[in-house]
Amino acid sequence: MTLGPDTQDKFSEYAHPERLVSTGWLSEHLGTDGLVVVESDEDVLLYETGHVPGSVKIDWHTELNDEVTRDYVDGEGFARLMASKGISRDSTVVIYGDKSNWWAAYALWVFTLFGHEDVRLLDGGRDLWVAEGRDLTTDKPEVTATDYPVVERDDAPIRAYLGDVLEHLGKPLIDVRSGDEYTGARTTMPAYPEEGALRGGHIPTAASVPWARAAAEDGTFRTRAELDAVYRDEAGLKDGDDVVAYCRIGERSSHTWFVLRHLLGFENVRNYDGSWTEWGNAVRVPIVRGTEPGEAPAGARR
Amino acid sequence: MSAGPVPAKLAEIIDDFQDLSEPDRLQLLLDFSRGLPELPERYTAHPELLEQVVECQSPLFLTMEIGDAPEHRVHLFFSAPPEAPTTRGFAGVLLEGLDGLTAEEVLSVPDDVPDRLGLTRAITPLRMRGMTAMLGRVKRKIREAR
Repeated sequence: MTLGPDTQDKFSEYAHPERLVSTGWLSEHLGTDGLVVVESDEDVLLYETGHVPGSVKIDWHTELNDEVTRDYVDGEGFARLMASKGISRDSTVVIYGDKSNWWAAYALWVFTLFGHEDVRLLDGGRDLWVAEGRDLTTDKPEVTATDYPVVERDDAPIRAYLGDVLEHLGKPLIDVRSGDEYTGARTTMPAYPEEGALRGGHIPTAASVPWARAAAEDGTFRTRAELDAVYRDEAGLKDGDDVVAYCRIGERSSHTWFVLRHLLGFENVRNYDGSWTEWGNAVRVPIVRGTEPGEAPAGARR
Repeated sequence: MSAGPVPAKLAEIIDDFQDLSEPDRLQLLLDFSRGLPELPERYTAHPELLEQVVECQSPLFLTMEIGDAPEHRVHLFFSAPPEAPTTRGFAGVLLEGLDGLTAEEVLSVPDDVPDRLGLTRAITPLRMRGMTAMLGRVKRKIREAR
């Protein structure tokens, strides 16, 4: 059973308004049958300090990633995880999180790899919910385990591997990192620990559109008109484009993936989750330094 | 690299963590986060006296006061926002484990102490690096002051 969409005016401008709910909508629908609210944060303890009543926590690192290989859980692992969180295949899942929904968008993207149909983001995320003084609780929700089918992951439509990106060169690429990461002045986000990328710079031809340009001051997504101005007018994306977005490990680019795929309606958008921590360490892949996107080298394939 | 003895209070905290299951270790870290005291007014009124530890994923500010010779007892002050409980928790562990020790004792704390809390799997190595950076910064500030 799925819930109806949040029909407010701002959302109706987006290509897929059913992918967003407002804090007001969520507040009214808490406790409704068929709805599961998921918190997904960068800070692994944040949920425990207080969360939306009834929400369950999913940690990107310990629950969505494979423990050994740099990859996501497989179909069986995902089914076990969903069952343990009380999520059914037909549940409406609303995800929210810290840092303007980076990890929430990342979790939503992973749900999409498994084809979970009704998965939505809370516009504004955790910060807006808290700023509005809405209810938080430290009570653990009572979860009734469900039976979630084993669905194999389907990476190809929305996930790009390094080889895919090499073949993609020449088509639109969006680098969503900060300006200094793009130019190669630094290899990690300001104020973040060094994650060990050997080289600085960007993938040749990538346009620099830092993820935050899609977010307003309160963490909500910018309006359709504002997003069109950034991604179509400035970055030059056109209907029908095949687009790849990347960042450092794939979390900020999940946010941009969500914007391009669901808010602006681009059908072919892939997130390159290997991102700079793979590309910046790989042998013999082309890199461009400085502010210019650069040219796609001939014969760049390995 | 330092490889001295782990001070008694810090060793006790490590034992407390090690005695618990992984989910309970996170709970204990959360308790440290909640217990991190507010800064005294002489620092809240003068934020410029605090230094930011940029290696942490969330903003963490730190300062210290070093007592008179010969012991040079070290008093630590940390500040991190409530939306960064993991960072606050690490700061709380260092505060409880190190505050009031002599400069010499703090400097000889092994650099890998954060790894001994048994949190690396649950917290991720990346997040643990923030705590190692905090300890490193505390030591550097002591060295600079001497």
